Amino acid sequence: MLTIGVLALQGDVSEHIEAVKNAAKKLHKDVAVISVREKKDLAGLDALIMPGGESTTFYKLCQRAGIFEGMKKIPNILGTCAGAIMLSKNAQNKTKDQVTLQLMDIEVARNAYGRQNESFEADIKTSLGAMHAIFIRAPKITRVGKNVRVLAEYNNEILACEEEVSPVRSSASNGAKGNYYLALAFHPELTTTLFHEYFLRRILAV
Amino acid sequence: MKEKNSKQKKGTFELKAGLARMLKGGVIMDVTNAQQAKIAEDAGAVAVMALERVPSDIRVQGGVARMSDPEMIIGIQKAVTIPVMAKCRIGHFVEAQVLEALEVDYIDESEVLTPADEEFHIDKTKFTIPFVCGARNLGEAVRRLREGAAMIRTKGEAGSGNIVEAVRHIHAVEKGIVELKEFLRKKQIGKIKAKAVEYRVSPELLIQIAKLGRLPVVNFAAGGIATPSDAALCMQLGVDGVFVGSGIFKSSNPGKRAKAIVDAVAHYNDKKKIAEASKGLGDAMAGLEIATLPTKYAERGI
Repeated sequence: MLTIGVLALQGDVSEHIEAVKNAAKKLHKDVAVISVREKKDLAGLDALIMPGGESTTFYKLCQRAGIFEGMKKIPNILGTCAGAIMLSKNAQNKTKDQVTLQLMDIEVARNAYGRQNESFEADIKTSLGAMHAIFIRAPKITRVGKNVRVLAEYNNEILACEEEVSPVRSSASNGAKGNYYLALAFHPELTTTLFHEYFLRRILAV
Repeated sequence: MKEKNSKQKKGTFELKAGLARMLKGGVIMDVTNAQQAKIAEDAGAVAVMALERVPSDIRVQGGVARMSDPEMIIGIQKAVTIPVMAKCRIGHFVEAQVLEALEVDYIDESEVLTPADEEFHIDKTKFTIPFVCGARNLGEAVRRLREGAAMIRTKGEAGSGNIVEAVRHIHAVEKGIVELKEFLRKKQIGKIKAKAVEYRVSPELLIQIAKLGRLPVVNFAAGGIATPSDAALCMQLGVDGVFVGSGIFKSSNPGKRAKAIVDAVAHYNDKKKIAEASKGLGDAMAGLEIATLPTKYAERGI
């Protein structure tokens, strides 16, 4: 059985918990979902989901809860919106003291579309099929490394991408397995379980 | 690229309610200048509420309380990267238009300011910017939803530093929802319809709430939160996050208190963390006994 943690210090946590539970049901897989707020919650996690929310707040709360370094050791991580910013190697337009987990070889620009009046909905095409996507004060994925695979684009913007980090590059904490990261600029948790299903399938395939 | 953009939809209810979802588990702080806004952001606030005078000052100084000077709001927008909210008077749809022109992220149609219209609230469906509104009970909450609010908060009693009214309003909304759930469980659709007449909303909205077992939008606590324990109390009672008005910048150590309240909301079920956060914060705002207040803001805009 897989154990999936959802970072639960702030953001649309319940939406992700529901989405990943529904995704597991559709795949007929047993998945335990736990809320992550402190160090002991990280023990034994197969994967972590970082929800939408305020990335500056995430960083501060993760630091103050003493889980920031521990999160880096989770082998599989899905990040949406603020969660994608947390995954990125580089973030633009962050606050002066904000640090990301720097796990995934992507660059993300915070609030790149502008304020709330620039938030939008659109039907998008992805490698998982067509879906309705919701962008709220969304970031843009402005650069992806050569090992990062793009899963969705819209108006020349990268909306979703994934990266497998080979065991050589990854830390020894994960034994012989590699790490897997999935970053999205929008909020699949509000409209579909397709990306959560994909995330679970990828973890199970490793 | 332009023609592809035509498929985008902006200002929808899903987007309005969606931003509130992203604020859940967070603290929204009243700030009156760029420096305070920075302190709030540094403490981990998920958004700031830009206003000229915090409620406790409005109480002391009196006079008509209006929308803030746009220059001050713009200054705060420049100072921080988190969402910036601002207040307009109840029913004052032109102040709301001005705030929309300034591209604030959320508008609070607030009883803390002097109401402009004693009969009608703003028709919030006409705006692309989302609105949050205060409510003392389920009837007020659903009327604001009918008018297009995308987020609800308790009214509490702003500027009092006294949590008792916010707690009363959380209970009252909950009681109203429990009643609807009972009606639905017993298939007493007639009683739901009677409630809909009483609340002046559609039965469909009440049936939706009965099925969900909660409001269909994010629901924060506001009005009187002064300590980390106050904030965690509201969270344990079931709200999705908190607004702190006078409670932070009317205390002796705003930066430290702001951070403590953010921590208490993130760890609201963890008594040890709340205890840790509560240590050495200095004096909280003085606070007022509700019975002594000449003006109860919560009675505005029902």
